[in-house]
Amino acid sequence: MSAEVSRIAPAAAARVGGFVRRIAADPMGCLGLTLVTLLLFTGVFADLLVPYDPIKIAVPERLMDPSWAHPLGTDQLGRDVLSRVIKGSQIALGVAVSAITLSFAGGVILGLLAGYGPRWLDNVLLLLFDAVYSFPSIMLALAIITLLGPSLGTVVLVVVIGSVPVYARLIRTQTLTVKTSEFVLAERSMGAGRFRIMARHILPNVIGPLLIVASMDVPVVITIEAGLSFLGLGVRPPAPSWGRILNDGYTQIRDTPWIVIGGGIPLIVTTLGFTFLGEALRDQLDPKLRKPVG
Amino acid sequence: MLYYSLQRVALAVAICMVAMTILFSLVYVIPGDPASLALGPRATAEMKEALRVRMGLDQPLAMQLYNFFANAVTGNLGYDVWTRRPVTTIIMEALPYTLALAGAGLGWAILIGIPLGCYSAINRNSLMDKITGIISVGTISMPSFLVAVYCLLLFAVHLKWFPAIGAGERGDLADQLWHLVLPAFAIGLGWVGYLARLVRASMLEVLGESHVRTARAFGLPEAMVIRRYALRLAILPTVTLLGIAVGGLLSGAVFAELVFNRPGIGLLVYNEAARRNYPTVMGTVLVTVGVFVICQLVADLLVALLDPRVRRSL
Repeated sequence: MSAEVSRIAPAAAARVGGFVRRIAADPMGCLGLTLVTLLLFTGVFADLLVPYDPIKIAVPERLMDPSWAHPLGTDQLGRDVLSRVIKGSQIALGVAVSAITLSFAGGVILGLLAGYGPRWLDNVLLLLFDAVYSFPSIMLALAIITLLGPSLGTVVLVVVIGSVPVYARLIRTQTLTVKTSEFVLAERSMGAGRFRIMARHILPNVIGPLLIVASMDVPVVITIEAGLSFLGLGVRPPAPSWGRILNDGYTQIRDTPWIVIGGGIPLIVTTLGFTFLGEALRDQLDPKLRKPVG
Repeated sequence: MLYYSLQRVALAVAICMVAMTILFSLVYVIPGDPASLALGPRATAEMKEALRVRMGLDQPLAMQLYNFFANAVTGNLGYDVWTRRPVTTIIMEALPYTLALAGAGLGWAILIGIPLGCYSAINRNSLMDKITGIISVGTISMPSFLVAVYCLLLFAVHLKWFPAIGAGERGDLADQLWHLVLPAFAIGLGWVGYLARLVRASMLEVLGESHVRTARAFGLPEAMVIRRYALRLAILPTVTLLGIAVGGLLSGAVFAELVFNRPGIGLLVYNEAARRNYPTVMGTVLVTVGVFVICQLVADLLVALLDPRVRRSL
């Protein structure tokens, strides 16, 4: 087993390496890759990177314009906006990763059940997915928040409820095509159980496209978190979410534009980065569009 | 066609009913008693009991669900916890503002996005096409609430070209339209890029098809080929998307209404959510679900009507 792994690993590494090189060769892909790497780096090392304590209040220094000491200025409580933006990237990534992981798990399980389970279950699940999908996202969020109260956990729950139907539908469609293939039939004729077939044989074949869709959902989730926090319905203060910073900036908009500008740019950069990377990824994965690296 | 329509309408009704049940059961799945939540920690037991009776929470669960359905069908969505006014009346006062906003946002996105997409597809790889491509990706990436805040900052606070808050004087149409410009711009911007991209992609596909080649071979004028033969097919995925876009626009409208402090469904549901006024919140959410489902239904039926291939197969 280990010999087999070590034989495959270098080849896989070379393939991934070539893939990254091809994306980096495309200017837009390169930009996207850089921005996404920057976000990940900032998020992971936020606590080491912040120049000031992001929640320390210093009223005498409030609403300062950008300067060398405070490159993005300070907010109405004298907190350094740059530090808050850096720390905010950690919250944004944290929400995105946890919400998408949970949605992924839920989507895979329900999708496999709908695709490989009995027909009636498929119909019930599809109707349920359609019903959840028929809520405009923010309305569903507001309904849940009314009942649960705003918190980080509620934001994650809102995202999970909204994304599971989308992911499950994708897995279901894939499962329907895979389940009639010969190797599944062979497994069944050898007496493998339903769950073994689902977990060992169908799952590895259907999970690929969802991985791409889910990773491209990172900016969408970050936007939802920022939007809800902007409404004051997401992360509780004083935690510096990007949406929270924008909300602070919005209330001060007549006095200083800098908080809104500083709080919004990371959001734009993040979504742009992921969009560019996604475009490059799609071009590379579609062999018809692939250009040789010269 | 009739069979398909009936099937599609039945599905829409089923979706609405499941959505209502979800909404209804949310209240019970979630811990805590809605009456005590609404009244806060200092409420006495009698106050809670009175509110529970008023909200109908004292009845058996199945009875409550039945009442909820029966009342909703007759247009009764319950009574507001605080003002005791019918929820339907409150929603009907706010809904026109939101529909006007969403309609204006979608309207300008269609007016700009679709021609832009056509132009890009026809003049493929031209400078204009490349600029459109970059602008599309850029606008799609901008969250609409951020666009709203930046519009407010630039055009209302800084340049003072447009009013910052409100929906304008009641009865003064020009003033109301004037107040509509910025929010509608903000919520429509992302869809301009999205529509342009989609129309461009499907137009390119259709332009390569044999019926377009045949039309050209017969020597029809290019404008006629585009409008009568290419666009008619290329527009279909867009129609489907527009049905779905309404959901996004309603979400965008919530933010735009808050940023510009406009009356409407979004401001209503936001304010009442903060007060845990759950009959009003649930009623409003239900109405938006209804609007969304109807729009998707209309879009699907429209596609069936417009596409001769789908129409004949039905």
